[in-house]
Amino acid sequence: MKQIPLGIITLIAGILITLISLWVGQNNHLLPVQASAQAPLVDNFFNVMVAIGTALFLVVQGAILFSVIKFRRRRGDNGDALPIEGSFPLEILWTIIPGIIVIGLGVYSVDVYTEMGGMDEIGHHGMTHESMMAQPKSNPIGIGSTPATEGKPPSLVVNVTGMQYAWLFNYPDSDVNTGELHVPIGQDVLLNISANDVIHSFWVPQFRLKQDAIPGQPTQLRFTATKTGTYPIVCAELCGGYHGSMRTSVVVHTPEDYDRWLTENRVAQQPEMDQTVAVNP
Amino acid sequence: MTQLETPKTTAVVTHHEVPQKWKWYDYFTFNIDHKVIGIQYLVTAFIFYLIGGLMAMAIRIELNTPDADFLDPNLYNAFMTNHGTLMIFMWIVPAAIGGFGNFLIPLMVGARDMAFPKLNAIAFWLNPPAGALLLGSFFFGGSQSGWTAYPPLSLITANTAQSMWILAIVLVGTSSILGALNFVVTILKMKVPSMQWTQMPLFCWAILATSVLALLSTPVLAAGLVLLLFDINFGTSFFKPDAGGNVVLYQHLFWFYSHPAVYLMILPIFGIMSEVIPVHARKPIFGYKAIAYSSLAICIIGLFVWVHHMFTSGTPPWMRMFFTISTLIVAVPTGVKIFGWVATLWGGKIRFTSAMLFAIGLLSMFVVGGLGGVTLGTAPFDIHVHDTYYVVGHFHYVLFGGSVFGIYAGIYHWFPKMTGRMMNETWGRVHFALTFVGTHLTFLPMHQLGLQGMPRRVAMYDPQFAGINHLCTIGAMILGISVIPFFLNAIWSWMNGPKASDNPWEALTLEWTTTSPPAIENWEVLPVVTHGPYDYGRSDEGKPTAQTAASV
Ligand code: HEM
Ligand SMILES: [Cu+2]
Ligand SMILES: [Cu+2]
Repeated sequence: MKQIPLGIITLIAGILITLISLWVGQNNHLLPVQASAQAPLVDNFFNVMVAIGTALFLVVQGAILFSVIKFRRRRGDNGDALPIEGSFPLEILWTIIPGIIVIGLGVYSVDVYTEMGGMDEIGHHGMTHESMMAQPKSNPIGIGSTPATEGKPPSLVVNVTGMQYAWLFNYPDSDVNTGELHVPIGQDVLLNISANDVIHSFWVPQFRLKQDAIPGQPTQLRFTATKTGTYPIVCAELCGGYHGSMRTSVVVHTPEDYDRWLTENRVAQQPEMDQTVAVNP
Repeated sequence: MTQLETPKTTAVVTHHEVPQKWKWYDYFTFNIDHKVIGIQYLVTAFIFYLIGGLMAMAIRIELNTPDADFLDPNLYNAFMTNHGTLMIFMWIVPAAIGGFGNFLIPLMVGARDMAFPKLNAIAFWLNPPAGALLLGSFFFGGSQSGWTAYPPLSLITANTAQSMWILAIVLVGTSSILGALNFVVTILKMKVPSMQWTQMPLFCWAILATSVLALLSTPVLAAGLVLLLFDINFGTSFFKPDAGGNVVLYQHLFWFYSHPAVYLMILPIFGIMSEVIPVHARKPIFGYKAIAYSSLAICIIGLFVWVHHMFTSGTPPWMRMFFTISTLIVAVPTGVKIFGWVATLWGGKIRFTSAMLFAIGLLSMFVVGGLGGVTLGTAPFDIHVHDTYYVVGHFHYVLFGGSVFGIYAGIYHWFPKMTGRMMNETWGRVHFALTFVGTHLTFLPMHQLGLQGMPRRVAMYDPQFAGINHLCTIGAMILGISVIPFFLNAIWSWMNGPKASDNPWEALTLEWTTTSPPAIENWEVLPVVTHGPYDYGRSDEGKPTAQTAASV
């Protein structure tokens, strides 16, 4: 330490920490595959937070570790340390820097949230009136149309009902009822979510979207699937003993596959319509 | 000093008729001495900690495999609910505020007792029946709706057990309101005149902020729970959706208390940190005022962040945004404290006593928990991980890392003062090592579980998560084992440990100026404050230097 000036060490450490943090931010692979238009927005945001978090982690833990090693009491030294009480500039600095970081994250998260469709007052656009469940009490809340789909009616509407311990999906335009969600890729899908008994929560980890199904309060979720495949639908809100088994799937089809699925199911379901309606209010 | 007589607890205790020492059985009576009450709180809390910990072990054994093959799913939920409830309401809050607060506040401000000693005893004695109600509820199926007790689930499952749960929480809530009132008055009115506000130990500032917070928020929780009780038992429908009730309203009432509740748990711990670190680093605390004011700032901002628990329920967009920003802002005063403690270590002469190890362990874990908390504060990301194991991982970093480590640090630090005996340091280190490793192994992988898609509060889960869960369970077993050296050490040292001097750590706050354990009314003659609580390294008149451990 005697030869190299402190400034240079700090500089090198700073560059190293920055590089490591940026790398960890981009290569953490902590999240599952992205399968909705919203997912990349959330992931980029998450990765930025991971990068900032890693940097802060390294700096603070580094300082702790350094102190613990460097400033441990030496054998035979029973005295006190230099009585440094504080440093006004330093304290201002470490109030302002986190302040700037959190305000930045706050602004960024408002931005991401708007992009995801969170700021949309769903129900004001009046495009889904026919298909909405008869819930006159209040406007539904949830994540709605993104700036890209703003003002346009969704291309597919599905009514989702949560009950102990299953999800029911009703396609109002084609009279199909299923226990598994099927959607075409690249289409703007609107889910009208309701709950029969207790609160449930509709979550597709690969979509990065979650919305509670609340008894007495309609909610909505609007998304565009971007990757074909089968993904889990998980109930995320404690809904009773078998909450953990309230799982099903969402299948994202190519448009042709989706049409085939729809026709098959429309036909298949005609004879048993009464039965399905009975369990699906 | 040797002739002992039982105090008449009903009589007004005057300076002359009290004995100099308490007998063991005094701890089982309605004693009104703040030190006895503090120890009563601590011991009771540790018992509930053990029970809650056994429940956690059962939970983790169940989660070792994807199927519900160890506990019946309903019983699992009862364990999960009561684990959380016991840990929050019967462990951290009573130990940190009731235990340390009662034992230390009068000693630290130079008072002979709390402002209202009988009220203090009443506040403590509300706790055992509350714990009994919680445990008794298992005979009626156990409350199963999580420690949050959201309706309608809490309205339809195990009604008797749920009602007992509500009564238990209302009892501890009452206890904490009475306690808080007592702390505020004691600190404001009974501080020795020679102590300036800026000479008051930081633990007192923390308890002051905590008490204000408790007074403002606890009644709201009580209100919400009483309405729930009415819905369950008396046919009202505040929260029944099919009868015009609003289920989201309950969440607002609940979180208006329960978010601040996490600061209730953590602020006293911050106070403990601010006492332990300077003593064992032999340096004044860095930025006394910043640390004191940041407690007050956390207390105020903490009242405006509750909706971050409701980002995925029925919350209008503007609310999600407002609460994202306010939540993120709490990170700033919290950061100020962390940096202050790190700067206190920097340039110190650090003694690795068990107390200090736990304090440093807390610091490093709180950094992880705090960073995780910032990510959760942002609505768009929270929507993905809300109600998942990411959250379980995060709050255990804060609650286990943040609080349990702090309580352990406090015990190792004040044990000599409380009992007059020293604890064994070697076993303290073993205890620390096991706890530190166990905590990371249990709770770090949980973050990934949540990110990948495992929801919380589940007895059965998708088999793809089995590997990571297995790791968490091994960690939990290490944590379970880690309490053994602690309890053996504490019990053995209490009975046979080497006698402690009045001020074994050469600390400067007032509690170290009396005997260990302190005499019944704390001091023969009330102390006069001649120096600040953290004046380490200054050789002013009238304060002990590190070489001469004399009392003031
Ligand atoms: C021995 C160490 C511990 C282990 C292994 C452990 C484990 C767990 C697990 C696995 C859960 C999730 C249960 C579920 O969601 O199904 C849980 C929940 C919880 N734990 Fe712990 N825990 C421990 C200590 C603590 C401590 C010390 C506290 C607080 C001071 C605490 C507070 C909570 C709370 C509040 C919940 C939430 C309960 C709920 O969702 O209603 N835990 N714990
Ligand atoms: Cu459910
Ligand atoms: Cu569920």
